[in-house]
Amino acid sequence: MSGDKIYTALSEEHGGDARWAFGTGFTDALAGVDTTLPEGVDGADLALYCQMLGDDALVQAQRLVHWVTDAPELEEEVALANIALDLLGQARLLLARAGQADGTGRDEDAFAYRRSVGEFRNVHLAEAPRGDFARAVVTLLVLSSVRLAVFTRLVDSRDPVLAAIAAKAVHELAYHREYAVSWVLRLGDGTPYSRERVAQAVADVWPMTGEPFAAHPAEAGLADQGVAVDPATVRAEVHDVLTHVLTSATLDAPPAFPEPAVAGRDGVHTPDLAPLLDELQKVAREHPEATW
Amino acid sequence: MVTVTREQARARARSAAAAVTDPELPMLTLADLGILRDVAVEDDGTVAVWITPTYTGCPAIAEMRADVDRAVRAAGFDRVEVRTALAPAWTTDWITDEGRRKLAEHGISPPGGAPRRASGPVPLTLSPTRTVPRCPRCGTADTEELSRFGATACRSLHRCRSCLEPFEHVKEV
Repeated sequence: MSGDKIYTALSEEHGGDARWAFGTGFTDALAGVDTTLPEGVDGADLALYCQMLGDDALVQAQRLVHWVTDAPELEEEVALANIALDLLGQARLLLARAGQADGTGRDEDAFAYRRSVGEFRNVHLAEAPRGDFARAVVTLLVLSSVRLAVFTRLVDSRDPVLAAIAAKAVHELAYHREYAVSWVLRLGDGTPYSRERVAQAVADVWPMTGEPFAAHPAEAGLADQGVAVDPATVRAEVHDVLTHVLTSATLDAPPAFPEPAVAGRDGVHTPDLAPLLDELQKVAREHPEATW
Repeated sequence: MVTVTREQARARARSAAAAVTDPELPMLTLADLGILRDVAVEDDGTVAVWITPTYTGCPAIAEMRADVDRAVRAAGFDRVEVRTALAPAWTTDWITDEGRRKLAEHGISPPGGAPRRASGPVPLTLSPTRTVPRCPRCGTADTEELSRFGATACRSLHRCRSCLEPFEHVKEV
């Protein structure tokens, strides 16, 4: 765009719609999508499942934006912010789907801003403190590997909305995993100091790697109906991926994942989630009438 | 008296919607970008326009929807509904040849072929295997990636080793 065109674009009259200040009025991420439930599927269970997948993304995105203005290099800041944006986009669609599936008609904002801690369904690894950069890339490696494996299968879901969301997200998640892999390799196969830091990050993150493979009863039931993916079915594949990455980074092969146990999926969280949600929900709670 | 057939009305609505530009890549229209999926005139005269997001979280989509709404109204239609089409998922293969030409003309390297994948797990790659983009200025393939993530979700940052100019590339998805 040449200089004069930029000026024209900036100074152009927009018919008084004040578009930049007050948004566009388009808030429904799923506007016009056929939202009929597949036959025999329990709407409440599907809504719960959409919240599980949506909250993993929303909470992880909120953690990732803590790197904005605080990353080691500008490129990494931009990368982490972009990854957060992708995840936020996935969360918006999934939470919008949740509000349609459970019949309440709640929009994405109702889920993001007006639920309490015990109503969030994300796994603990998504809410864990951000830690150092090594911890951030190891966390991203684990979460993106699990999510990619699940979403790769979810493209065949009997719910056409979930299938469509997954089909888009797979492309994005492949980039997220690639980014995490590139940094784990550089740090692991870097200096003794960087290697030590990333090895420590793996050790710190590992106790939380069992939970994502534990199926909540609603998840298991929907998996039997061909709507959800039972995360237990991707466990071996994800372990292979992580083993390959870590050993290629000259780190020790990881131990087996801890025994899976449902926690966050049941609304049971660590003390780290409440302050994160306070920050996420502050503006919306203080100004309940605000629109954007 | 001249009667406008529904097909003529549809064509007029479609050309108005197709000419809307991407706020973040303003050299491209929605038609160039391949995100305008369909336009229909319904029985009650409502114009329905289906567009598909590029990236799920692309913040430009709300702007584009507002712009489509405005453009179709300006073409003489009172009732407009902009709807989301999620499937099939957009890939960079939907960008038209005209779109690619415009990108290159504006110094942005157009995407190569979108990654194809049979069913099954996404293969794990430990080294860069994505396409090496050519410099949009001097055409050499001797370029390096500066960052996989750029100013918007769809672009990455590169530098030409020959003419030393930095440039952007629309990532293959």
